[in-house]
Amino acid sequence: MTLPYYVPPEQLIKDRADFARKGIARGRSIVVLEYADGILLMGGNTSRSLHKLGEIYDRIAFAGVGRFNEFETLRVAGIRYADLKGYSYNRTDVSAKGLANAYSQTVGQIFTHEVKPYEIEVLVAEVGDDPDDNRLYHVRFDGTLHDARRFAAMGGHDERLAERLDVGYRDGMDLAETIRLAADALEHVEEREIAADGWEAAVLDRTLERRKFRRLGADEIAAARSEGRSEA
Amino acid sequence: MTGEGGGIVPSALPLEHVHPGASFSALLEGRGIAPRWVVGEGTADLTLAEATTVLSMRYADGVVMAGDRRATAGNVIAHKRVKKVYPADRFSAVAISGTAGMALEMIRLFQTELEHYEKIEDMRLSLEGKANYLARMVRNNLALAFQGLVVIPLFCGYDETDRVGRLYTFDVVGGRYEEQDYATTGSGGAEARSFLKAKWVEGMAEDAVLELAVEALVAAAEEDAATGGVDLKRGILPTVVTVSDAGYVEIPDERIAEIAERVLEGRP
Repeated sequence: MTLPYYVPPEQLIKDRADFARKGIARGRSIVVLEYADGILLMGGNTSRSLHKLGEIYDRIAFAGVGRFNEFETLRVAGIRYADLKGYSYNRTDVSAKGLANAYSQTVGQIFTHEVKPYEIEVLVAEVGDDPDDNRLYHVRFDGTLHDARRFAAMGGHDERLAERLDVGYRDGMDLAETIRLAADALEHVEEREIAADGWEAAVLDRTLERRKFRRLGADEIAAARSEGRSEA
Repeated sequence: MTGEGGGIVPSALPLEHVHPGASFSALLEGRGIAPRWVVGEGTADLTLAEATTVLSMRYADGVVMAGDRRATAGNVIAHKRVKKVYPADRFSAVAISGTAGMALEMIRLFQTELEHYEKIEDMRLSLEGKANYLARMVRNNLALAFQGLVVIPLFCGYDETDRVGRLYTFDVVGGRYEEQDYATTGSGGAEARSFLKAKWVEGMAEDAVLELAVEALVAAAEEDAATGGVDLKRGILPTVVTVSDAGYVEIPDERIAEIAERVLEGRP
C-alpha cells in the first residue's frame, strides 16, 4: 500500500485560494455603488447576452465576476431560492441577507469539498425605501461574507478600484454622476477606454414600482458620461 | 395546480439541475408537470360554479379587461369587494371565474411562473406561450373540476412582437381559444357578450371602450344575481384595466366612478 503524501491543511487552503484568486483576476471587474435613488451596478462586458448582472427579486440584484458558468449557476439558484420563498410566504419575506447567507454556505462548501473551488465572487444588492436600508453583501470564492457600505468592487483590480472609488465617492450623488465615477474608475484600473456599448450596467431604482431592477442602455451611459465632459 | 415547488422552502441554495436528455416529455415527467387527466369521483354540473362576470375586448391601443366585485357561496353574497382582474406580468392581464380560493392561488402561481421564466431567461415568454402555460394549469385542475371546483380564467395581453392586443378564453379541459374582438366568462358572461356584440366596434378609443366595459358589466349585473353591480354610495366599483404599449394599467376608482355615474344615468 502506498501512503498518500501529507499535505498540511494550511497549504491545501492556500493552494486553493491562490488558484481561485488567479481565475478571478483574469476576468473583468464590477463595481456597485449606492446613489441618491438606489444602487448602480456596472462593469465592462463585451457580450450582449451573457450577463454578469441580473434581477433576483423585487428589490434584489445579483452581480458576479470570474467564470461565467459558475456564477450563472448561482444566479439561477438564487432566483429559485427567492421565488420559492416569496411564493410560500410573502414577497416582503425575501431578503438579500438570507440569500447572501445561502450563497456563502454553498460557495464555502464547494471551496473545501469539491475537486476545484469556484473561481468567482458574487455580490447581492438590496435597495431599501431609505438609503440607510440599502444592503450590499459580498461573497468571496471561499464563502466569506462581508457587508459593504456605499460601494463595493470585485474582480481582478478590486483593491485599486476601491481606493479610487473612495476618493471620488460622495453621499447623495445622482445617477449620471455615479455612472461617471464608476466608468472612470474601471477604465483607469483596466488601463483602456471602454466604448458606450462595451458596458453592462443596471440599477435598483427605488422610485420604480414593485420590481426595482432596470438595465441601462448604451445611450443612457453615453449621455451620462458626455454630460460630465461638457460640464468640465 | 401543478404542485411544482409548492410550499417547499429551500433552507440551502436549490442547486439541482434537470437533465431531461433530448426528450421534452421526459423533461415534463422529471418535473412532475406532464399533463394527466385523472378523473375524480362526483358528478357536479360543470357549468354551475362560475358566479362572476369578467370580460375583455380589443380597442385602439391594446386590450381592456374588466370584472365585477361580487363573490357568492350558494345564494349568499360572500364578499362584496373581491378583485377578479390581476396583472399576469407587465404586458398581460388575467381574470378569474369559478372557485375563488383555487383561482386566486392559480393566478399567484401563474404570476410567479412568468416572472421566474423572465428572470432566468432574461426575456419574457411570448403572449401565446403565456396562454399555453395557463391552459396547462387549467387542464391540471380537471380532476377537481369534476368535483365541482371549476376554475376558468380569461387571459389578455399586448403582443410585444406584433404590437396588437390579443384575447384568450379557456374551457375546463384546458382548451385554449384565441378570440377575435371580445370575450367574456362567468355566469353573467352570456349577457355581457350579447351587450358587447351589439355595441363593440373596431378601433375604439380608450374613453369609449372603458364606458362600454362598465356598461356591459352593469347590464350583466341586472340579469345575473351572482354578478355584483355598481354601488356608488358604498364605493363598490368594477375593476377595469388596460394593457397596451404602456403595459398593464389599472384605471383609478375616481375615473371609474365618473364613468359609472354616466352609465347609470343613461340606462333605460
